[in-house]
Amino acid sequence: MAHLLEVKDLEVNFALRWGDLTAIDGVSFTLDKGEKLGLVGESGAGKSVTGFSIINLISKPGYISGGSIVFEGKDLSRLRREEMRRIRGDRISMIFQDPMMTLNPVFTIGTQMAETVLAHRNVSKHDALDLALDKLEKVYIPSPEKRLTQYPHEMSGGMRQRIVVAIALLTDPALIIADEPTTALDVTIQAGIMDLLQELCDAENMGLILITHDLAVVSQVTEKIAVMYAGRIIEMGPTEEIVNRPRHPYTRGLIDSLPWGRKAADRLTQIPGMMPTLTDIPPGCAFHPRCTVREAHCLEKRPDLQPDRARDHVVACHNLGMLT
Amino acid sequence: MEENTPLLTIENLVKHFDISGGLLDQISFEGRRFVRKRTVVKAVNNVSFEIQPGETLSVVGESGCGKSTLARTVLGLYPPNEGKVLYQGARIDDLSPQEMLPFRAKMQMIFQDPYASLNPRMTVARILEEPVVFHRKVRTAAEVRDKVAQVMEQVGVDPKWSDRYPHEFSGGQRQRISIARALTVDPDFIVADEPVSALDVSIQAQILNLMMDAQEEFGLTYMFITHDLSVVEHISTRVAVMYLGTVCELAPVDELFDSPRHPYTKALLSAIPRLGETKPKHIKLKGEVVTPINLPSGCVFHRRCHFADDRCSREIPLLRRLDSGAHVACHGVEEGRIS
Amino acid sequence: MNTWQRFRDSYFFYSFKRDPVAIVSSAVFFFLVAIAFLAPVVAPFDPYDTATIDILDAEIPPSWMEGGEDRFWLGTDIQGRDLLSTMLYGLRTSVIIGLGAVIFQAVVGILVGLTSGYLGGKIDSFLMRVADIQFSIPYLIVAIIASAIFQLAFGVGRFEELAMPLLILIIGMSEWPKYARTVRASVLGERKKEYVEAARVIGLNRRLIMFRHILPNTMTPVLVISTIQVAQAVMSEAALSFLGLGMPITKPSLGSLINAGFEYVFSGSWWITFFPGLLLVTFTLVIILFGDWMRDVLNPKLYKG
Repeated sequence: MAHLLEVKDLEVNFALRWGDLTAIDGVSFTLDKGEKLGLVGESGAGKSVTGFSIINLISKPGYISGGSIVFEGKDLSRLRREEMRRIRGDRISMIFQDPMMTLNPVFTIGTQMAETVLAHRNVSKHDALDLALDKLEKVYIPSPEKRLTQYPHEMSGGMRQRIVVAIALLTDPALIIADEPTTALDVTIQAGIMDLLQELCDAENMGLILITHDLAVVSQVTEKIAVMYAGRIIEMGPTEEIVNRPRHPYTRGLIDSLPWGRKAADRLTQIPGMMPTLTDIPPGCAFHPRCTVREAHCLEKRPDLQPDRARDHVVACHNLGMLT
Repeated sequence: MEENTPLLTIENLVKHFDISGGLLDQISFEGRRFVRKRTVVKAVNNVSFEIQPGETLSVVGESGCGKSTLARTVLGLYPPNEGKVLYQGARIDDLSPQEMLPFRAKMQMIFQDPYASLNPRMTVARILEEPVVFHRKVRTAAEVRDKVAQVMEQVGVDPKWSDRYPHEFSGGQRQRISIARALTVDPDFIVADEPVSALDVSIQAQILNLMMDAQEEFGLTYMFITHDLSVVEHISTRVAVMYLGTVCELAPVDELFDSPRHPYTKALLSAIPRLGETKPKHIKLKGEVVTPINLPSGCVFHRRCHFADDRCSREIPLLRRLDSGAHVACHGVEEGRIS
Repeated sequence: MNTWQRFRDSYFFYSFKRDPVAIVSSAVFFFLVAIAFLAPVVAPFDPYDTATIDILDAEIPPSWMEGGEDRFWLGTDIQGRDLLSTMLYGLRTSVIIGLGAVIFQAVVGILVGLTSGYLGGKIDSFLMRVADIQFSIPYLIVAIIASAIFQLAFGVGRFEELAMPLLILIIGMSEWPKYARTVRASVLGERKKEYVEAARVIGLNRRLIMFRHILPNTMTPVLVISTIQVAQAVMSEAALSFLGLGMPITKPSLGSLINAGFEYVFSGSWWITFFPGLLLVTFTLVIILFGDWMRDVLNPKLYKG
């Protein structure tokens, strides 16, 4: 059975005045219908760039310099602008961190939702508004008819994000890409939105790519996790595997530095140093300066993703044998 | 001074912001009459507690709960509408800026945004020299430079970089510089307003460790403001949970996490995603999110609470001490209705 | 890294090198300002020295035309002064008044904007209303009234001596609200930032916070509008002089020269108006082009990387 989305050796460069910088260096993963993937990493790892490049939203000076993005049989990186526009927002929807990136403050919710529908479907305005109402109900917004005539500033942040989810559903997409959808929200609202996304994806059999730095959120919602570092995926596998039996030293360090369950007397385990910026990526394995199990060969050759223990749990590390 | 004089005392603190605007903004035409409307943000409503020397009191709550306003009122950035703030028993909320100066050297603040908390037009050296010079902590220019180099080393930033500008540093490094700035005046009390929320997870651990090291080395007392309960469990001695400007529960940290009493605390704890746990049952709060402009009558939480009764909608519950040492402001807990 | 090195590596200088408009306009601007201030050295004649002026030399056409003389390259004006020299001195006057007026506007405007934005409340309302009133009075009316009163009160001779400072004052007063508004908007944004709160927590007083912390962060928009304001001040002065309300003909600026030559355009001596006019247009054009380029480069969205 073919995958819904297959990203192969994706490369994204930034053309700057002193040369080209590689932001994404050979990222590959697959996503099936109804599957939920978590793309995890810290800021600068390249997870947002990966998400944006799937629907070709990278703006200059960034550009896709290699690889393929095959969605429903078509390579999105090779499509012309007009064809891409038909897929973007229709078959693939995106949810951003700040609802005000999606919602225009000077238009009512009804106008904006109808506009989205009318851009992709040949229906009347009346039908578009009915569809909007239907989706608003699906995201459990109280009194949806009232919301259609309201402006974004009249609602709370959590409600706005729900409306953004509703807008993403308007065209019954096959795939939703959510870029840090709950980072700006309170914890109780966050729980509600994450529940909602999970429920909807299960009910409508939609694929979900959840881009976030929050390992805890991802561990509850997704079936597969890919951990990114300095523009590459360094570990990928089933969520349960990654969370309970992380193999890559970075993933382990990340999980260990979370403060959960630690008492005040202990210091937190910290990974020394910082993620390298794009201009300073070390030779060999990008993580080696901060790694506790590095060897000489880690500086020479970059490790590729290899299966470790389970066939679907891959890790990019030379020294897996040394880890307990 | 007695043995257990608290370092900081807050008594019945109230802070409201009147955002009605000018006369013309207040008047509107409704129902065929001219109506005058006042809009008041009731950020902090009757908060009282003490902070003992050497402890870390965390104040947690979601956005709009008033924790940031509380922090700034404690430090004198906002004058309170009612109530008192006392530092080592001396009242500081009604002092003139001149009289406040000696206290300023003892109480400092660390901010959330590592990008906005350092003046982009000043070098790191100038930023760190300013408090030292202003409070006349040392005598000569050489001593000032030494002090700056000393605090930079303490927070893990190479003193050779002191002539650089903030934008040349990463978020984590800037936060270290912020901490250095707070430490230059040798304070006793530091208010930290979400100091790690804007940082990456692996950097958060570094900064938290740094803050804990500094606390041990310099005998600091922290008031730690955050919405991140995982951090709270790790660093606090006591925790205060706030909702819409009121303290719902104030308890030692273990007590709060093991047996939370207030319905809001329970809902908050259940909503946090935890690593490795799938599908926890999180308590869904009913009703709409309320803003501090239209405070409900009685208990501020009653409209969203599953256990609210008639008394809850009429009477504001006060913080009462339980046998376990925890303080809870809830009629249901007091009456034994809620376990 | 010292300041010069930092400048050379900066995005500002990088864009500058790549934009021909920026390079040409700034080169022409600096050239014109240089020869204007070096006028006493560069000009072939001293047009203020009445001893060297001979009325019989009046209205001589430019040297390449019939009737022209080599020693008067661009011809002479109605009083027999060498046009080139008079233009150079006139440019100098225009530049001094332009720069002086803008410095006046900037100082007053920045002070008002800083105070208004940071202190807020009633002071803010009051100062902004003053700015609004000032702004709505056309500077032309003010100039006419001021000039007339001055000339009546102190006589024409005294007026001629004080024309320059008076013009700086008039043009400066008419435009300071623009700086005040710009600075106030910046201050309102900066005031909420955490570094200002940090300064208050340290205990700094209001004066220190306003001038040491906030002021440097409001300078970028000030810089951007300043170039356009210089061009505008030069043009305002030229307009006033053209109307006879500005620099007198004995110490002419470009505007007065254009005015003086205007009546003679149709009688054939077109060069008296034409060349000063060309110089004025060129000068203001290069200022505006450079200002436009700088506004694009200093656009926060671009450089805040």
